[in-house]
Amino acid sequence: MTTVKTNSMTPVQAINDGLRTMLHEREEMVVLGEDVGINGGVFRATDGLQESFGEDRVFDTPLSESGIIGTSIGMAMNGMLPVAEIQFFGFVYPAYEQVMTHATRMRYRSMGAFTVPMVIRAPYGAGVRAPEIHSDSMEALFTHMPGIKVVCPSNAYDAKGLLISAIEDPDPVLFLEPLKLYRAYKDEVPEGKYEVEIGKGELLREGEDVTLIAWGAMVPVIKKAAQLAEEKGIGCDVIDLRTLSPIDKDIISESVQKTNRCVIVHEAQTTGGLGNDIISIINDTSFLYLKSPIERVTGADVHVPFWALEEHFLPTPERTMHAIQKVMDF
Amino acid sequence: MHTSIKNRSAHHQDITEQFPVKQIIDGEGNLVEDTYRNEITVENTRKFYRQMLCMRTFDQKAINLQRQGRIGTYPGFKGQEAAQVGSAMALREDDWMFPTYRDHAASITFGGSYAILSSWKGRVEGNRPPEGRNIVPPSVPIATQLPLATGAAMASKYRQSSQAVIAYFGDGATSEGDFHEGMNFASVFRAPVVFFNQNNRYAISVPVWKQMNSETIAQKALAYGMPGARVDGNDVFAVYHETLKALERARSGDGPTLIEAVTWRYGAHTTADDPTKYRDNEEENKKHILNDPLSRLEAFMKAEGYWDVQWAEDIKKEIKAEIDEAVKEMETMPEPDVNDIYDHMFDSATWPIEEQKKAYMEYLKGGSEK
Repeated sequence: MTTVKTNSMTPVQAINDGLRTMLHEREEMVVLGEDVGINGGVFRATDGLQESFGEDRVFDTPLSESGIIGTSIGMAMNGMLPVAEIQFFGFVYPAYEQVMTHATRMRYRSMGAFTVPMVIRAPYGAGVRAPEIHSDSMEALFTHMPGIKVVCPSNAYDAKGLLISAIEDPDPVLFLEPLKLYRAYKDEVPEGKYEVEIGKGELLREGEDVTLIAWGAMVPVIKKAAQLAEEKGIGCDVIDLRTLSPIDKDIISESVQKTNRCVIVHEAQTTGGLGNDIISIINDTSFLYLKSPIERVTGADVHVPFWALEEHFLPTPERTMHAIQKVMDF
Repeated sequence: MHTSIKNRSAHHQDITEQFPVKQIIDGEGNLVEDTYRNEITVENTRKFYRQMLCMRTFDQKAINLQRQGRIGTYPGFKGQEAAQVGSAMALREDDWMFPTYRDHAASITFGGSYAILSSWKGRVEGNRPPEGRNIVPPSVPIATQLPLATGAAMASKYRQSSQAVIAYFGDGATSEGDFHEGMNFASVFRAPVVFFNQNNRYAISVPVWKQMNSETIAQKALAYGMPGARVDGNDVFAVYHETLKALERARSGDGPTLIEAVTWRYGAHTTADDPTKYRDNEEENKKHILNDPLSRLEAFMKAEGYWDVQWAEDIKKEIKAEIDEAVKEMETMPEPDVNDIYDHMFDSATWPIEEQKKAYMEYLKGGSEK
């Protein structure tokens, strides 16, 4: 048995490692975006890549989100594997049209004659005291969109493995990077290429009483909430969804059918949020197993507040514990 | 609101002088520029004329089909045959074309197939290009295809291929952000792309002088550090040679070019539009008929002794048969396959699509949806 060598890395270092691994692996892959070249990205996600691979492979673009995504679509159609960075997910709006009207439709409307194997990377989420707009979590705009996959890792191992899967995927993938976790902790990350399958969630902790579901920056929140619950004698299944479209239906239904209760946590706004789809999945698969209505702990239907108040917008372990208690007491 | 635009300044006159409308054959059929004299042979002239007549006949047929309810809403291009046919003829077989929904003459000329017609009957098959032809499904939103074309050109350059890219767009598209973004990226990355504008003077009801306060579209190239050319879009030879020059420039690594083909569309924006609400169609069309791409070439051919009555009659018959055949092909297509709704979303279907498809198929068979 061969031992895979691992290194201790933060999620942002793992993303860098994933990009580096794939730039070695696939010569048709390029990394592009604002400040990704000499500056190595404003969060250092692309640090050193231009130095290693040259300006043809890793390049700065004009400040232009629609241009970045539009040209990436064209490149992908003509034999390349572009990995485009949107500097903050809240800046994706000018590029939304390109994703919706071209990236996601090209395969369908050409009956497969043209395909768009590209990745859009974007740091997202609140809790880092960023200025306005920078902190948005608008993943539901994209999970509602047909023809694109959406992934969101919560740790360094998944970040690298999911990124590699996204680059290898023959269709467009939105890769959301939880800003708050970029440097929150380190994991052991294998050297070289490995994949974390798109569409599969992970059961991080097992318990008998309540299923907790989250993704990205909310995963540490539900992990902490599960500890709080345990102190009260409540056992939680903790699920990191990892892929937001398509959602891992099986991991949700298996867990809920065991625990009979569920709390979903996301920092995005409530209405039209992904939590509602998860409730629908439970409704479709596990309705008769439920012992209580499903609870959601989410951002309110307001804009992410200026940072002096953002902690009041974000779900916390305590708010999650409150919801856990509610489903237990029903 | 627009009085300032009507008072043309000295600056506007300078620009017009800087970007003259290039012509090879004028509106009356006279050869006014003899650089390409040797290439304007009887054979070439007949080839261009035949293709333009073919496209005009196709366009009229499509409008008739719409009126008879045999296809859906259709956007005509009558008047723009020289712009589309001339530019498409300049392409090499392995080049890329990014057309809009009005550029059937360009894509049919380049691809040699009438399959696109079926897209107006609501058939997705119409968007599938002929084997080996990089004709991208026509762009429906305005100007969004320009960054795509630039990206395809960047890929061509990256892969050291000599493929060039042409992107079509109208005058209205120049007001969109993506026009700027596509041009700017192409310029920065010296992408081998030709931005081919058909300035047909109207974006549905809005005339070009209300669309922009610059005298020409070609001059916008200055801002991007790329060459801009203004050609008579009704002069097929001017269009052809200017496009060829731009494509050669692209292939040789000199980057993008903006071409403004000044033309005129006789008809409505689409068969669902009524231009009498915003322009005096008859009067304005009368003015432009003098510049018609077909009649001027016919006049030139007659003057040169290239016209042959028998040939003209023969091609009319051939064209009619060709288009009748294309219509027959569209109308005898097998019923659309419901699977096509689901089967081209991803390389392999995700479970929601699989489940939704299965449920609907069971419903169609009369079974339970679940």
